[in-house]
Amino acid sequence: MGRKGNLIMLGMVVLLVAAPLVIVRPKTGPGGEAVEMFTGADGQAQDAIAEVSPGYKPWAIPLMRPPSGEVESMLFALQAAVGAGFIGYYFGSRRAKSGSDVKA
Amino acid sequence: MHIMEGYLPVVHAVGWGVASAPFVAFGFRSIRKRAQEMPELKMVLGVSAAFTFVLSALKMPSVTGSCSHPTGSGLGAVLFGPLVMAPIGAIVLLFQALLLAHGGLTTLGANVFSMAIVGPFVSYGAFKVAQRIGLPVWTAVLLAAFLGDLSTYLTTALQLALAFPAAQGGILSSFLKFGGIFAFTQIPLALSEGLLTVIIFNLLAKHNAHSFRNMGLLRDAGGDL
Repeated sequence: MGRKGNLIMLGMVVLLVAAPLVIVRPKTGPGGEAVEMFTGADGQAQDAIAEVSPGYKPWAIPLMRPPSGEVESMLFALQAAVGAGFIGYYFGSRRAKSGSDVKA
Repeated sequence: MHIMEGYLPVVHAVGWGVASAPFVAFGFRSIRKRAQEMPELKMVLGVSAAFTFVLSALKMPSVTGSCSHPTGSGLGAVLFGPLVMAPIGAIVLLFQALLLAHGGLTTLGANVFSMAIVGPFVSYGAFKVAQRIGLPVWTAVLLAAFLGDLSTYLTTALQLALAFPAAQGGILSSFLKFGGIFAFTQIPLALSEGLLTVIIFNLLAKHNAHSFRNMGLLRDAGGDL
């Protein structure tokens, strides 16, 4: 499976991520108001805990919270950028060294 | 799969911490050993860690109308064995707990157990079984990453069910509830993770064909999957 296979798989990932945005219809609440879509599953689990054990009180809070959604997304982007940067550096340097370890 | 700060009772929080600690400790040892055995692959180990950094930061929409993220822990588990992913996953989760208020210090043990221990072990096992029954390498990698991702989220659902059994139906009913939130959302994401893992494995194999064959990851001579 060469470059073509990789491109096909990358295309499938793009479809898998994009399709829900088109397929899933916006939900409405009991009063006909729009319900926020594509919220995090982690947060929904938190709500489910409140349903199952209404008396449960979290006994610790995060030491610090990103002051806004913008700062939070900056930190997530930073995390992804550090990782992607390293991966890009690796393949770039391998390519510069002739692209195979057979000779090494 | 992030259980939020303070959202596990003390006994559970401590219990998962105690369960995870030895894996992380032995994981550091395993990383050192691997780096000595195959110094030429140190950078590939770095790529596996970087892959987890990227994938666990990407919250993707799913067909259920929710968002969740892949884990990226299957790649390192397939290449270097499941133990190396325990400390790597723990570092990612610590970063997210401290800076992003995502997960938490009290739930770190539980989150490490699901993402950095169960996931990688399932990935590793799935890869070995797939190889033994003679599936092509790319299929084995796909299955490993897919099942590792899914098992991480099922573990989270089980952890929450154990901590919060329903008044009626107990642990099983809670497991179905939490599993319902995580599992269906995760299926397309796990498939995405599987495909991305095959792509990066493919690229790594191209540049490290000789080493990968020595590690028993590739069978034919061409470095092709």
